[in-house]
Amino acid sequence: MNNIIVYCEIDEGKVADVSFELLTKGRGLATQLKCKLEALVIGSNVGNLPQQLFPFGVDTVYVADDARLEHYSTLPHTAITVKLFQEQKPQIALMGATTIGRDLGPRVSSALHSGLTADCTSLEIGDHEEKKTNTEYKNLLYQIRPAFGGNIIATIINPDCRPQMATVREGVMKKEIFDMGYKGEVVNLDVNSYVSDTDFVVNIIERHMEKSKVNIKNSSIIVAGGYGVGSKENFDKLFELAAVIGGEVGASRAAVDAGYVDHDRQIGQTGITVRPKLYIACGISGQIQHIAGMQESSMIISINNDPAAPINKIADYVINGSVEEIVPKMIKYYKQNSK
Amino acid sequence: MNGLKIIVLAKQVPDTRNVGKDAMKADGTVNRAALPAIFNPEDLNALEQALRIKDQIPGTTITVLTMGPVRAAEILREGLFRGTDEGVLLTDRAFAGADTLATSYALSCAIKKIKDFDLIISGRQAIDGDTAQVGPQVAEKLNIAQITYAEEVLSVNKSAIRVKRRLERGVEVVEGKLPILITVNGSAAACRPRNAKLLMKYKHSTTISERQEKSEDYITMINERPYLNIKEWSVNDIESDREQLGLNGSPTKVKKIENIVFQAKEAKQLTNNDRDIEELMKELLSNHTIG
Repeated sequence: MNNIIVYCEIDEGKVADVSFELLTKGRGLATQLKCKLEALVIGSNVGNLPQQLFPFGVDTVYVADDARLEHYSTLPHTAITVKLFQEQKPQIALMGATTIGRDLGPRVSSALHSGLTADCTSLEIGDHEEKKTNTEYKNLLYQIRPAFGGNIIATIINPDCRPQMATVREGVMKKEIFDMGYKGEVVNLDVNSYVSDTDFVVNIIERHMEKSKVNIKNSSIIVAGGYGVGSKENFDKLFELAAVIGGEVGASRAAVDAGYVDHDRQIGQTGITVRPKLYIACGISGQIQHIAGMQESSMIISINNDPAAPINKIADYVINGSVEEIVPKMIKYYKQNSK
Repeated sequence: MNGLKIIVLAKQVPDTRNVGKDAMKADGTVNRAALPAIFNPEDLNALEQALRIKDQIPGTTITVLTMGPVRAAEILREGLFRGTDEGVLLTDRAFAGADTLATSYALSCAIKKIKDFDLIISGRQAIDGDTAQVGPQVAEKLNIAQITYAEEVLSVNKSAIRVKRRLERGVEVVEGKLPILITVNGSAAACRPRNAKLLMKYKHSTTISERQEKSEDYITMINERPYLNIKEWSVNDIESDREQLGLNGSPTKVKKIENIVFQAKEAKQLTNNDRDIEELMKELLSNHTIG
């Protein structure tokens, strides 16, 4: 049976959110394909983790538990994943588009000569007809992602090579318990038969992990700025508005690239995906790569000089004018009316 | 002490960051001609790390390797202007249509031809695809270790390298044994500008394809100054399994390309006058969207 395997990322003894999100998506795909949903857990002292995974509808959890595997390292994780995939021959393999998944995924795909699509924003099952060879492919994974700097949307398929591999960013898929009582099986892997000592050639000397200072993902109001904001100083106005109305500041990639604001505030396909109650887009033109990360906002206000800005098409309110002029007015009238 | 042999992997990319209105054609396809071709930004960060090692360790040599059309030789010259020793352009129709895996395979074959190396450095990802896959895929094909998301090479010698990595939630310092492949983040030091002397020295450097229409005087000059020749390799210059190259060697296929048509909502149009803004803020407050 060719199943779906989700590589689960472990962060300080916990399963990363992105892995739960992938399991949720994987459960839906497995049901549709009538195959099993499986998970791979690699770490140290991770024996309690499978119980957390089963409620997401996981049928099998492969566990590689070894003291040497406490922190992620490229070669040992590659060795385990590649060998397991060779043994189990999954049809689909999913990973988070995180610093770990993007380090591991390409290695595994290169070793197995299987196609990998990065940063998918949607995964679907569909058929494909190859006209040149007159071949019908059933139930392929459609890996859908913005491409070319976010100016187009591409659907990528891997007709012949397995597994069909894809990475997805955190927050793009929803995390949902499938069945609290769901029962699966644990398969403990004999780590020494998967990893050799020579795989441990890169050693961690120091680690300084900090809790992210920015909590855009969970903010119900986001004031986001684009290239049209014009300067770092003008961005201060956005921070002021956000502080006044109780939101966080986000940014488009163009604003981050221009150095107006830090990378950890970037919203979009290559940044964070958000679903706030209110999204105020200031001077953002609305490339697909940005829209992909915010289109599910409940209400969108677009402030833009350009009436033809693409983002205006998905906005609930369009304010035609300059950010510099309008944002201070919003602050002023909020203060006047909020008491 | 012996210098290191460094290979920098670089790509010439269309500048997708500041896509103007004329970059998309009426039919929704990308008008590549309207986008300037540039040195992929993170590959410049990678080049700077290589140049710093060369500054530190005498005898170090840097070869920039790129795959692309003939015009991609432009970035090899940019490398020479900044202090690299050599450029290699891998160009052939046989490589066309390659996905990341077929690209990595071709690059790894070219690296095997270069043969001697201690360190491979590339940018984390290219801005036209943002996949960050080619670096790790090359490392796997060469069966060497990798350190991705590098921000700074802290120290390096003939046997080991210590690198600061920039991760989502912090930094990590790791040490690896050479040979190894490093991919460098955009948060790393910016690349130095061109050096005026090197610009003078290399401005007439060309690949053989670029020389097709040059004068006899120029050809004589190249023969007298062989350093002006930029290496150009076709599929016949590398040992490869052709089945793994180009479109045919690519496991991923593009099924469909769409220009997204947003489901247009009926947006309320407001002006920048005070009354409009005040009404909006009142409305947001009264329906508890804010406040």
